[in-house]
Amino acid sequence: MAGVQVANVSRSFGAHKALDDVSIDFADGGFYALLGPSGSGKTTLLRQIAGFDFPDAGRIAIGGESVERVPVEKRCIGMVFQNYALFPNMSVADNVAFGLSVRGEPKAAIAAEVQRALDLVQLGKLGGRRPHQLSGGQRQRVALARAIVTKPRVLLLDEPLGALDKALRVDMQIELKRIQREIGITTIFVTHDQEEALTMSDRIGILRDGRLVQEGPPEEIYDRPQSEFAATFLGDANIFRGDATGNGIMLQDGTTINAASGASVPAGAKASCAVRPERIQISTGAAKPGSADANTLKGQVSKRIFAGNSSTYFVDRDGQTLKVIVQNTGAERLVEGQDVVLRWSPDSTVLIGV
Amino acid sequence: MATTRILEWLGRFYIVLLLSFLYLPIVIMAAMSFNASPFYQLPFEWTTDWYSSLWQNDQLIVATWNSIEIAVITTIISTMLGSMASLALYRYEFRGKRFLQALLFPPIAIPWLITGTAMLIFFFGVGIGRGLVAILLGHVALALPYVIVVVSARLQTFAPELEEAARSLGANQWQVTMRVTLPWIMPGVIAGGLFAFAVSFDQFVVSYFLSTPGQTTLPVEIYAAIRKGFTPEINAVSTIIIVVSMALMLLTARFFKFGGEK
Repeated sequence: MAGVQVANVSRSFGAHKALDDVSIDFADGGFYALLGPSGSGKTTLLRQIAGFDFPDAGRIAIGGESVERVPVEKRCIGMVFQNYALFPNMSVADNVAFGLSVRGEPKAAIAAEVQRALDLVQLGKLGGRRPHQLSGGQRQRVALARAIVTKPRVLLLDEPLGALDKALRVDMQIELKRIQREIGITTIFVTHDQEEALTMSDRIGILRDGRLVQEGPPEEIYDRPQSEFAATFLGDANIFRGDATGNGIMLQDGTTINAASGASVPAGAKASCAVRPERIQISTGAAKPGSADANTLKGQVSKRIFAGNSSTYFVDRDGQTLKVIVQNTGAERLVEGQDVVLRWSPDSTVLIGV
Repeated sequence: MATTRILEWLGRFYIVLLLSFLYLPIVIMAAMSFNASPFYQLPFEWTTDWYSSLWQNDQLIVATWNSIEIAVITTIISTMLGSMASLALYRYEFRGKRFLQALLFPPIAIPWLITGTAMLIFFFGVGIGRGLVAILLGHVALALPYVIVVVSARLQTFAPELEEAARSLGANQWQVTMRVTLPWIMPGVIAGGLFAFAVSFDQFVVSYFLSTPGQTTLPVEIYAAIRKGFTPEINAVSTIIIVVSMALMLLTARFFKFGGEK
């Protein structure tokens, strides 16, 4: 097992820059998500780490050893594909045995390893089946067993849960995480599902247009996004744009919004503030005053979406629609068209340089 | 209903008509190979004389063995080369690939008479001349496009991730091909091989151009024999070939369910 270092990796396909000077350090034993919209380069990056494709420039190291020109079959990696890619002409056990068998390991040793791997993914009794006799979730587990039975240095997952339905996906998230902890393997996981990235990974790298936008633990990226893109792609955010004041921004109509965290932007420069919908308190106006430096805005409810445990209010304010999520605490619900006051703390506000 | 019954009977009659059209000549030929009269005279009189005299006809036997040998070698060479070419066309992107693929079809459409003439001229030009080697080369060239088309069609259904998955598990190119790709395309390879065998074994026109009196194949020899004067020995040899090739086809169809492969 080993960490993976990606340093200044670039890759172009014709005029299209699929990866543009990307550097990430994947520490040994960690669970990483590469998150981004389609075309962001996340799959290209995974394929570079796997060795299906080589970078135009930059360095890739697995366990400290440079591998950027080593083909995939010599990299000692395990990979799970989006559509599982199980060999249809082989039984489940033969699928799992494949990686050991091409190395010429003795048959008895292979059989024992295969059984152990199938037990780990809780398919110990299905070794004799053919892939087409399995359900989607079972195929997923076979693909995982096949990828880890060779004891690879790093496990690469290309949207592995994308083909599963919602309930099964949640089960597999938990299962995948358990297996990863159990064998302690460095895992890199490509997804476009932000919830999956948030709940499963130790660290997230957000990619956009071939560039790494931000990298860090899920809490850090969620609480302190460094760009409007990071703020809106990972979770929901209300974005305000204006001129920096030193500890916040001033909107066009003169309203100031104070931010306690984020980038330091020189006063007068263009800047944005981001605030999460669940951090905003919404009231009819007369309610308790907050602390002196709390941000307040007046607006009008334009729409309410009831989701059981919470309600989402869309509040119009000076041509902008803000989103506010309120937990269902039994308090009085606001109606559409009602004038409201929005209030939130500077601690919940992140300043972003533009 | 009366009309449906009539339609049903019409349908059955049509099937019988169709099968008779296909098989009656063959059945008559097979029957006549056991008839004593060399002039197809009835009443039918059972004999196996033609089969025993066939055994004495060295020319026909030599030609039969030539045909079998050439067909088997053609099948082996063209199936291997053709499958390899299909894999290359599937795996790699290179300049002129589309052009090359387009070039595969004209040989199937060009009349064999013209191909045969062209080959005769060419083989004389390069010093190969006529004979069994020339016939073999000609048959391989004729069979190759069929193999490539059939194997390529099967490859279209192959998921490229399977090769990637095999490579990620440490398999080299040879292991990937032998253990993952080849098993998947096997029905296509077998079908392509059958095509190649049929193209070679049935081949008359090109073989006729490329054979010499001593070095010839069965169809050419049969044609020569008929021109000299028809003997029921021809019926006998044809019957043997039909029985053997039908048995082969049925066996293959039994072991490899074409189209039904999962």
